[in-house]
Amino acid sequence: MTESVKELVIEAGRSERHYWKDLWRYRELFYFLAWRDILVRYKQTAIGVAWAVIRPVLTTVVFVFVFGKLAKLPSDGVPYPVLVFAAQLPWQFFANAFADAGNSLISNANMISKVYFPRLVVPASAVIVGLVDFLISAVMLVGLMMWYGVVPDWRIVTLPLFLALAVVAAMGAGLWIAALNVQYRDFRYIIPFVVQFGLYISPVGFSSAVVPEQWRLLYSINPMVGVIDGFRWAILGGESQLDWIGMVLSIMLVLVIGITGVWYFRKMEKRFADVI
Amino acid sequence: MTDAIVVENLSKQYIIRHQTREKYTALRDVLANGAKQFVRKLAHPFAKRENDATRETFWALKDLSFTIKQGDRVGIIGRNGAGKSTLLKILSRITEPSSGRIKIRGRVSSLLEVGTGFHPELTGRENIFLNGAILGMGKAEITRKFDEIVAFAEVEKFLDTPVKRYSSGMYVRLAFAVAAHLEPEILIVDEVLAVGDAQFQKKCLGKMEEVGKEGRTVLFVSHNMGVISQLCMTCVWLDKGQIRDIGRTESVVNAYMLNGQSSLSSERAFSDDPKKLAQLKRISLLDSKGNVVQKFDCDSSINIKLEIHVRKQLPGLRGYLGINKPDGTQVLMSDSFDAATGTALDSLPVGMNTVVVTIPPRTLGHGEYMVHIGLTSRLADNFYVDSPGTVCGFTLDDFTSQRGNRRAGFFSTLLPWQRIEI
Repeated sequence: MTESVKELVIEAGRSERHYWKDLWRYRELFYFLAWRDILVRYKQTAIGVAWAVIRPVLTTVVFVFVFGKLAKLPSDGVPYPVLVFAAQLPWQFFANAFADAGNSLISNANMISKVYFPRLVVPASAVIVGLVDFLISAVMLVGLMMWYGVVPDWRIVTLPLFLALAVVAAMGAGLWIAALNVQYRDFRYIIPFVVQFGLYISPVGFSSAVVPEQWRLLYSINPMVGVIDGFRWAILGGESQLDWIGMVLSIMLVLVIGITGVWYFRKMEKRFADVI
Repeated sequence: MTDAIVVENLSKQYIIRHQTREKYTALRDVLANGAKQFVRKLAHPFAKRENDATRETFWALKDLSFTIKQGDRVGIIGRNGAGKSTLLKILSRITEPSSGRIKIRGRVSSLLEVGTGFHPELTGRENIFLNGAILGMGKAEITRKFDEIVAFAEVEKFLDTPVKRYSSGMYVRLAFAVAAHLEPEILIVDEVLAVGDAQFQKKCLGKMEEVGKEGRTVLFVSHNMGVISQLCMTCVWLDKGQIRDIGRTESVVNAYMLNGQSSLSSERAFSDDPKKLAQLKRISLLDSKGNVVQKFDCDSSINIKLEIHVRKQLPGLRGYLGINKPDGTQVLMSDSFDAATGTALDSLPVGMNTVVVTIPPRTLGHGEYMVHIGLTSRLADNFYVDSPGTVCGFTLDDFTSQRGNRRAGFFSTLLPWQRIEI
């Protein structure tokens, strides 16, 4: 074996220099944990993977009806269902990935108290599972856009950037909650609240153009505003405009959440096995 | 040989909170306690913190230092709560020490529990991959060893059945099989062999021995002294978080079995305990001439003299006697009801009684033995009337057989070899 004679030192409070190397060595565990969660999710269900399709579709139908038909909100010049679904995509991803990552440590408590591996693997695989769902929904969006004849322009190439932003946001927030959850189970109850509340304060059912000009910047403090606006801007093309100052603010906030999330998680990580 | 593991002044401290009932803390309590303390501080600014009464520090390990050479198979023994599992958890990096340092050379794999990460909904095949990955194997490595793992676990037929439908035996076999095929330089195993049937246990032990012979280091925790003696060359005895003894397995296990008495003599007396209805007051090992001796030879009988004080007549009083090897293997077990002749203990008269149990000549093979003794009665309120436990020891020498003390086996019986005419 190539890595045979390496010496490892275990000491109180020592930050391991091997950590990131270990994370790389355990890279296949990311895949296996995500694979397990996907395999298990639809076992013993009658309609299986169809659930991944039904949930966003139903939410979209309700939103289109409430915001588009009843409230008659403006749609930036694209069909309302496309407007909603383009936002559903990042929001559903964020909500699922954040909730799963936040609960991931507790649901894998047994593994954490019995085997060593970089703990970062667990919430990260939860985010990967979210990405798989994202891809399924993305295929549906493509279908929907073809149905309505909406063609994206060059901006579509920037989509991966906004997806990366969503990943960092979900991961950072998930890491915070996951680490806090180990010690204080209160955060288990905060997760559904954030997800439910966030759906209404983020521009999922409506375009953020609805928000009055003077409140826009304040509104951008919600990092998902940047992500969702970015998605619409990249996918829908045409008239949808991007508020660049708000965007920069959102990106900065996402980065702060991401970096502090990793920092806090790493700080608490060593005590997980003792307190979980 | 190089050092595989060097442990220096290792300590691990846990804080036990007496107040909180839940395993985990709730933020509500932290906030409430914080507020309470704040109010108290306002009211009595100079009072000391009272909260400390509810917190108690507990040293799971204290100031441990030892070195393990590469290729050693090391047993870790000790009573429950001695710190064995904590030590393994620190060595396998699951939890970090409070102080001290450990240097480890080589890749470590630990098996603290069989089947960690198994998912009941997944099939045997899927779980092999999942569990392998959790234990640190790559996909290619698992694929390569897949057939071997399946063969070892003997679950070929059920590979595509969810493990929740497995019998517990199959479950354990599969789990151990995955772990057994890891190829770390250092293998750490907690008591996981207590499960599974005897045949499979034997197979597992064989596998671990094999791993050891390949020059890998094995750390093994068990309460089974027989297994420890068979598998390990050196042994660490932990007691209340500290090393009580370390060295060759034979002597450490011996000392552990004697529970700290320096050696077992051939005579032992016990002080009065009026609560016991019948009590062993003295036990002595006598040779055929009636002298108390420690060394016997195989050609003479061993007389175990028991002086029993009966305070109240006990119908159904029964004595049991175990003759054990120092590693804990029981060689002989005798019950006072076994043989109808002689003095049975049933209904001994009140007062002092002397009972002799005789081991005939040429029964046990040469070596060291320990005598375990107990008195019970099904008819008494307390089934265990008196349990002195392992109290005496003796040595047996074989002077007359062809090989003498080099003769192998458990018995010293001389068998006749006869030519017969047909």
